[in-house]
Amino acid sequence: MSETYIARSSSIAARMLAGEMMVMNSADSTFFTLNEVGTAIWQAADGRTPLREIVRDKVCQEFEITPEEAQADAEQFVAELSGHGILLVSDQPLSPRDSR
Amino acid sequence: MSLMAEVGQKAFNLGLPLAIHMDVTYRCNERCVHCYLDHDDHGEMTTDEIKGVLDQLAEAGVFFLTFSGGEVFLRRDFMDLVAYARSLLFNVKIKTNAVMIGIEEARKIRALGVDSVQISVYSHRAEVHDAITKLPHSFERTIRAIRFLHDQGLRVAIANVLMTANLNDHYGVQKLAADLGVQYTLDPTITPMMDGDTSVLALRIPGEELETVLHSPALVPNQEEFCAPPKPPSEEDLEGYSCSAGHSFCYISPYGDVFPCVQFPLPSGNVRQQKFMDIWNLSPELKEVRSIQAKDLTTCSSCSHVGSCSRCPGLAYMEGSMRGPSTADCEKSFYRTGVATANMLKQGLSKPRTTTPLVQIRPLAIPA
Repeated sequence: MSETYIARSSSIAARMLAGEMMVMNSADSTFFTLNEVGTAIWQAADGRTPLREIVRDKVCQEFEITPEEAQADAEQFVAELSGHGILLVSDQPLSPRDSR
Repeated sequence: MSLMAEVGQKAFNLGLPLAIHMDVTYRCNERCVHCYLDHDDHGEMTTDEIKGVLDQLAEAGVFFLTFSGGEVFLRRDFMDLVAYARSLLFNVKIKTNAVMIGIEEARKIRALGVDSVQISVYSHRAEVHDAITKLPHSFERTIRAIRFLHDQGLRVAIANVLMTANLNDHYGVQKLAADLGVQYTLDPTITPMMDGDTSVLALRIPGEELETVLHSPALVPNQEEFCAPPKPPSEEDLEGYSCSAGHSFCYISPYGDVFPCVQFPLPSGNVRQQKFMDIWNLSPELKEVRSIQAKDLTTCSSCSHVGSCSRCPGLAYMEGSMRGPSTADCEKSFYRTGVATANMLKQGLSKPRTTTPLVQIRPLAIPA
């Protein structure tokens, strides 16, 4: 089974505001606020840890949710953010140089 | 309400510093006739000092960071500061006259993920722009830089400050912005100098001209709503606050001084002597600014415009009281709606008192 790796784009701005992560892409001014689960995935998106591991270690354990449900939600979340250039997705580990 | 507006309201309600305007220098290569700054260097913060402040701002939760001046590129370390700010994941905006931006600088700005660049352009005519900036060839250099930045895919906005010296040129600048493919913003506000000198106010456009500008659909959209007579103020209006200054926004000078806003010179602390969050949370001045509701305003609380006026507490402060009226905004409210303000009625005026404009450049009519 191939892995999915996710990394934060270097064109984004991000900050935690009262428990919510604000994320904005300077390229097109798209602006998101992430809930706790989204924030956990976002913070773990280092380009090296497979999404499956992030879901297992940061989502299922922290938020008491089944792996199947969490994986499906995470994939949808990643697809949405990558569609706006906020997350980069690859089947290979991503280095910081890739994060453009 | 947009998501961005919701976040802004949340920060406002919680008293969190969401946005900061930081001037990194007051030095400038232009000498604009309307400028409110003293351009001498009285001991700017060093690179390390500014980086230290940025660390604190990131920790405090600041998201939007505007770098301005003076001319920011007169600091040799400016790109280093931008890079550092971006590494801390701020949303960075830059205000500049752009005359020192070449292709390389434009590329770097793009590569660093800067959100947008706002550039002052006073006229579509080089001779008028250069006469306002007092820098020969500044128009040519600024426009060239706008093209470089735009070619990089950066979001660029032309800021067109309107005054007697460029009174008839706003349509020309608006067209120029459209031709360049960049945004256009108009600002008819001329601010007294930071030392209190009000001589530059003579450059404010006279009331009748302000009325023309405010009623121009090309410059101000939503005319029907914008120019409608004010509704009777509600209880909510009277419980409301002026703006985000001191609530979710503040200004830091090149010397580390903290003020509620760039246009509100009420000294509230200095980041060279105190931690930013200590100033933000404990400054008596910021606490006072935050405490003022519309119902506390000396004249404006009884004004029919109180719910819709753009009253600037900083301009009011410069007029003598942060709880008093801001005459420039009284003028805007009057010329926008045709309804006299409480401040005018108190003085027995049927029209705002206007000063004789000091016309430094004779405006020319733009051919249709």
